[in-house]
Amino acid sequence: MKGKMLALLRRNRRTVLILACLVGILFVCLLVAAAVGAVSIPPLDIVKMTLNKAALTNFDATWETTDETILFQIRLPRIIAAALVGAALAAAGVLFQGLLRNPMADPYIIGTSAGAAFGATLVMMLPVGLMFHGFGLIPFAAFFGALGAVFLVYNLARVGGKTPVISMLLAGFAISSMLAAAMSFLITMSDQLQLRLHSVFSFLMGGVWVSNWSQIAIIAPLIIGGIVVARFFAFRLNAFSLGEEGAAYLGIDVERDKIAILALGSLLTGAAVSLSGLVGFVGLVVPHAVRLVLGPDHRLLLPAAALSGGAFLVLADLLARTVLAPSEIPVGIITALVGAPFFIYLLRHTRREYAF
Amino acid sequence: MINLALNQVSFSYNASPVLYQIDLAIEKGEMVALMGPNGSGKTTLIKLASGVLRPAEGDIHLDGSSLRELKRRQVAQRVAVVPQQFHMPFAFTLREVVLLGRTPFLKAFSNEGEKDQQAVNRAMELIGIEELGQRFFNELSGGERQKGILAMALAQEPKLLLLDEPTAHLDINHQMEILELVKGLNREQGITVIGAMHDLNLAALYFDRLVLLKEGRIFADGTPSEVLTEENIRELFGAWVQVIQHPLMKTPHIVITPRSP
Repeated sequence: MKGKMLALLRRNRRTVLILACLVGILFVCLLVAAAVGAVSIPPLDIVKMTLNKAALTNFDATWETTDETILFQIRLPRIIAAALVGAALAAAGVLFQGLLRNPMADPYIIGTSAGAAFGATLVMMLPVGLMFHGFGLIPFAAFFGALGAVFLVYNLARVGGKTPVISMLLAGFAISSMLAAAMSFLITMSDQLQLRLHSVFSFLMGGVWVSNWSQIAIIAPLIIGGIVVARFFAFRLNAFSLGEEGAAYLGIDVERDKIAILALGSLLTGAAVSLSGLVGFVGLVVPHAVRLVLGPDHRLLLPAAALSGGAFLVLADLLARTVLAPSEIPVGIITALVGAPFFIYLLRHTRREYAF
Repeated sequence: MINLALNQVSFSYNASPVLYQIDLAIEKGEMVALMGPNGSGKTTLIKLASGVLRPAEGDIHLDGSSLRELKRRQVAQRVAVVPQQFHMPFAFTLREVVLLGRTPFLKAFSNEGEKDQQAVNRAMELIGIEELGQRFFNELSGGERQKGILAMALAQEPKLLLLDEPTAHLDINHQMEILELVKGLNREQGITVIGAMHDLNLAALYFDRLVLLKEGRIFADGTPSEVLTEENIRELFGAWVQVIQHPLMKTPHIVITPRSP
């Protein structure tokens, strides 16, 4: 048994090594992001405070109590939310690109973004601000708006028991356009109708404004669980790269797995959107970049992209709140401004090519 | 022993019927070509035999069990398909593509084991592409890619190999090479082969039994010499040709003469 485990480990040494490195990188990013801000906190203190908090150790408190408050009440919820959002979007991007075999596929391609934005807009028009378990209504509306839009798109694209990828992309485009138009109408009319829609714009640009743990307590299991379940589909996603017909020849129940993968991707996207609004670019580019460097095998690609996406968004969010402090830049602007040049560099300097 | 049996199989895409009440029995170890003009139902028949399409009427039996009762995965453990061409969007290596042939044998979270590696090695050796393993699939020539797909199908360790115009888009040397390989697999590994073929002469040279389809019905079924007659070809394709004998193989050979020489 032990020998078998060792052999398995040896054969997958590359995978294990790469993932271990990425976990390390994510950890360092979290530490840096927790340390830097209006008040800087020494990284060593952060580690000690966290370990104490988890009741694993009992270091003497050599730090200010305000530091502890800042760390646990403000910074940690936010950077952990950023890591979760980045991981969810990157994993969803891997799922959608692998399933749809479309280079422009990102987590928003089949209507999640428009659905989420429309849902959020509707709720913002409500005259009251309801709260539930630390959530406003907006995250709920965004989450269910995203899933609702995908459900609609899937059913519109379904003809005679099959859901061709191309119909799904077209239906996604149509539904997105319609919802976006409806939303634009509401925003334009916002003054005349006295709707209170100023916060729509920050939702559309995306930003991690999470500042309490209860939201994370609900979303984190959803995102982490979603990524773990998605890993079950990794080898089948490899087979999907031969197209639906090719996948079917290899014994895959195409329609069943397609629903499962779409549902997982949409769930991850909806969960991410409910924490941070529409953060663009991460879900499109992180999967591409990781694939260019590590290759297309989804068994490595999926966890590697999730870890990289998490680290990337933690750093982007750090820039978003520090570059022009005390004011904040929407994190979506940072992800595009920093991520795009890096991606172009990778595209031009790697041997692995695309032939979509 | 019957490997694949179609009983009164009909199929239509939406409202337009493609196959009418096909009865066909293929014995284990046979090498059969499906032939006919475009739209005669060759590819549909291949897809039905692979279980990817379900017949509207009638039943298909694989080694005695109905395809309706087998899961996709179970069928793929016995039947492999080589389509005309695959479009591969990602930079997989050839070996990674061949490994995809093990999909029907892998469980959800488990990676490939020793047995899967051996099946991949064996398939690549049989096809003679061991040294191409680490090359990117997309960078290979059309013939090399088709050999890779054939190796992928072999990694499934199939009893029945279905080919959908496997030599379309290939140069004449690669056409020969692919068919030589397939014939070898049929003779040496005992794999039953059913191939949709376009080229009458290639089919006559490499296949033992030809099934001619016309507008969704079986028009003729027999050895190349029985089936490839001038009348049949005129009736089936509307083409006036001469059938002579291949100088070495004694199989029928179709020659065409331009109308205005």
